Amino acid sequence: MTLLNWAALTPEIFLLLAACAIALVDLFVVDERRHYTHGMSQAALAVTAVLHFQQFDAGLTIYALGNMVVMDPMGRLLGVMATLAMMITLAYAQPYIADRDMHKGEFYVLTLLSLLGIHVMLSANDFLVVYMGLEIMSLSLYALVALRRDDATATEAAMKYFVLGALASGFLLYGLSMMYGATGTLEIPKVFEVIAQGRVNTQVLVFGVVFIVAGLGFKLGVAPFHMWVPDVYQGAPTAVTLLIASAPKLAAFAITIRLLVEGLLKVAADWQQMLLFMAVVSLVVGNLAAIAQTNLKRMLAYSAIAQMGFMLLSLGSGVIGGETVPAGNAYSSAMFYMATYVLTTLGSFGLVMLLARDGFESEQIADLAGLARRQPWMAAVMTVFMFSLAGIPPTMGFYAKLAVLQTLVTTGQAAYIALAVVAVLLSLVAAFYYLRVVKVMVFDEPVQGPIVSAQGPAGLLLMANGAVVLILGVLPGGLMAVCRDAVVRALAT
Amino acid sequence: MGLLSVAIWLPIVLGSLLLAVGRDEHAGAVRWLALAAAVLSFLVTIPLVVGFDTAAVGMQFVENLPWIDRFNVRYHLGIDGLSVWFILLTAFITIIVVIAAWEIIEDRVAMYMGAFLILSGLMVGVFSALDGLLFYIFFEATLIPMYIIIGVWGGPRRVYAAFKFFLYTLLGSLLMLVALLYLYLKSGGSFDIQAWHQLPLPMTAQTLLFFAFFAAFSVKVPMWPVHTWLPDAHVEAPTGGSVVLAAIMLKLGAYGFLRFSMPIAPDAARESDWLMISLSLIAVVYIGLVALVQQDMKKLVAYSSIAHMGFVTLGFFIFSDLGVGGAIIQMISHGFVSGAMFLCIGVLYDRVHSREISAYGGVVNTMPRFAAFAVFFAMANCGLPGTGGFVGEWMVILGAVKYDFWIAGVASTTLVFGAAYTLWMVKRVYFGDIANEQVRELTDLNDREFFMLALLALAVLWMGLYPKPFTDVMQTSVTELLRHVALSKLPA
Repeated sequence: MTLLNWAALTPEIFLLLAACAIALVDLFVVDERRHYTHGMSQAALAVTAVLHFQQFDAGLTIYALGNMVVMDPMGRLLGVMATLAMMITLAYAQPYIADRDMHKGEFYVLTLLSLLGIHVMLSANDFLVVYMGLEIMSLSLYALVALRRDDATATEAAMKYFVLGALASGFLLYGLSMMYGATGTLEIPKVFEVIAQGRVNTQVLVFGVVFIVAGLGFKLGVAPFHMWVPDVYQGAPTAVTLLIASAPKLAAFAITIRLLVEGLLKVAADWQQMLLFMAVVSLVVGNLAAIAQTNLKRMLAYSAIAQMGFMLLSLGSGVIGGETVPAGNAYSSAMFYMATYVLTTLGSFGLVMLLARDGFESEQIADLAGLARRQPWMAAVMTVFMFSLAGIPPTMGFYAKLAVLQTLVTTGQAAYIALAVVAVLLSLVAAFYYLRVVKVMVFDEPVQGPIVSAQGPAGLLLMANGAVVLILGVLPGGLMAVCRDAVVRALAT
Repeated sequence: MGLLSVAIWLPIVLGSLLLAVGRDEHAGAVRWLALAAAVLSFLVTIPLVVGFDTAAVGMQFVENLPWIDRFNVRYHLGIDGLSVWFILLTAFITIIVVIAAWEIIEDRVAMYMGAFLILSGLMVGVFSALDGLLFYIFFEATLIPMYIIIGVWGGPRRVYAAFKFFLYTLLGSLLMLVALLYLYLKSGGSFDIQAWHQLPLPMTAQTLLFFAFFAAFSVKVPMWPVHTWLPDAHVEAPTGGSVVLAAIMLKLGAYGFLRFSMPIAPDAARESDWLMISLSLIAVVYIGLVALVQQDMKKLVAYSSIAHMGFVTLGFFIFSDLGVGGAIIQMISHGFVSGAMFLCIGVLYDRVHSREISAYGGVVNTMPRFAAFAVFFAMANCGLPGTGGFVGEWMVILGAVKYDFWIAGVASTTLVFGAAYTLWMVKRVYFGDIANEQVRELTDLNDREFFMLALLALAVLWMGLYPKPFTDVMQTSVTELLRHVALSKLPA
């Protein structure tokens, strides 16, 4: 199999060329005209999304570069989602960074490159490709966090992100090398075959799995590997926080599926335990710590830890008693959960950014006081996001939680049903801090302060974002079916 | 689009529109639009009763469409004798709430009216959903408008009350969600409530399900000892919020017992009857005594609501025609009476800005027309024959006598305690000499207030003097429910 099959890689190649082209063109763009760069980036992203969608629509599974990468519907669907998330991120971020002297070509180029890394991860069929994609993405993100180099908090956050991120990459790489030692191959499907034939040293294998899971835990930001999440979310400029909190989570989800499910499904019993443990710890830590936060970004960071924990519950229940029957259900629930999470997170950080003004970040929860009077539409949209994160119908977040709980209960095992009960009780805790945001916006009187002016296109986009969360809360069937279809086909190959 | 869909979505759509376009500068127009929307939403529910076939067993006005294929969730609506009157009650009370808020709510009028209209549609949805998940979505979604109503227009401790209300109720319903998913698993992937009714279940499963549902519905009813959110919510909520809470939201829980707990887990329900009856009797007696010592009128009526709902759950779990039928009558009449009591307190509060009983005295001297209404509703609250309050209590006690004489004996103490706390409050607030300057300066009811209280008084009298339309409609369904509950669902 030496078939290179470049055609299958059109979206990635296009994105890489576009990023280079934009980096070059931007040299000749003066600061006042920087919105040209924004426009070009958006156009490049739009084309990438369309290219991805065409391949997703074709529904084929194609291998390329000598089996190093795979183009399957799951990867393509996540690719479309990640690209759209990036487009929304840039649209929210543009006014914010323009106000803060960060409106440079680097921002766009690094964003595009991080998306390239994400795409590489999504289509990885080989351990090294996974790692390469991860590094392309991570290095771009480290640089983005540090983009405001005169800001002490941002620099600190960047350092923390870099050191811990590098450690996590090291973990992952170490685990992958053990995997190579145990199975003698780097290709994910071959790893699967070798393990299935039972000719491996289980001790080395399981040892490697532990490191891989720890690395993935870092990247997903789940407890006990969550230490970087609150600091980075809070410290990074909100535009970059939004970037980190959205599309990269989809990538982390994708490599979790690629490595654990497509490669190591036969040792599911081992990694499922770890995932479920991390899930419960994340739910406890994330939800309890979020209660104590006064900073909205930090609260959303802890909430992200808890949300990822909830998603892991589903990833950890795909194989029951050696049977892989529930797998399609479980992983597609997790995928739907990720899509929901990303959409809601985009909106809530987007709102934080829109409310921020020159010299005022508006990132304390108290800064939202009386928003319902000052900006009724914004408050309404944020209310929708908060209820969605809390999982209250009729919002999208409810179905995401429902799908996960359904997965747990459908296993029919007492232990899993107990997990479901634990999860719902902890989402009661979560409801408290989401409701508190609503309380501050709707019940409290506005404090005297600058009135937020009109938001322009970003404001309209935010409304649309809220509307989507609500509409998918009434009619979630379509997206659920698409996720399920994509996952089932990824599992079939 | 069927009638039930219209009854659900009309108030929701109109309420959302009102929310979107209403501004406080045009408060007058907003009020009239809200009234029009509420009346319209009530009118569309009338054919549900007029066209109701009282002889037919099973669901009527059924709509059944696929909704979420992934989970086999269906948009399945239908009503039977157990639910039809609650839909009318909901739509009717919404009109009253809109009228009651007319001049009183001046801040964010559109939001207030919109929230109540949306809430009304959602509650109609709860009463007509025949799909477990659809029921759950409506049931949960009602929390959002009520949370906002209490939190924005409530009293000094509104934030505390709003959170307590939301989190308490959410805790119960989340456990119910796990139960629904368990039933989904056991029924082979269906959320159809009627299919669940037929599903054989072993005893352990039934018991677990029964208690999961119990968690959700007992909080909502509320039953002792999970009732503590209600007095807080009632005291802090604006008048309209209290009215809707007492008149309808509590009934969502009681209705849940009829639709889920009893028919889905009949063996566990029969097995746990001692527990349910005990809790109900505690609510009737103990909460009645608690009501007696309240200083705050709203708190008193709130505790009285809990005691009355204790009667409802007692009626359910003696498993007889009279018991269940009486309980449902009691629910409807309590809807009118407690709503009216809260409106009366609202009338006084709007003038004096105090709910303390000690702030009043001799109100009858300055507000004779109002006092007549207030005393009438107080009488209905203690179950005077000729009012709606009597019929239900009498039926439940009669059923209880057949079940066990001593239970009936304890339950009938409500007639003493109910009369004691209600009449003692009436005496202190309305009768006697004029207590202070504020009472001396009170003005009697205006036309708007007179109109809304008169509407409710008519309803209470109608239920008391001629309850036949109510009992007729539910008879077939109650018999059918009891026949079903009497059969064991344990697998052979």
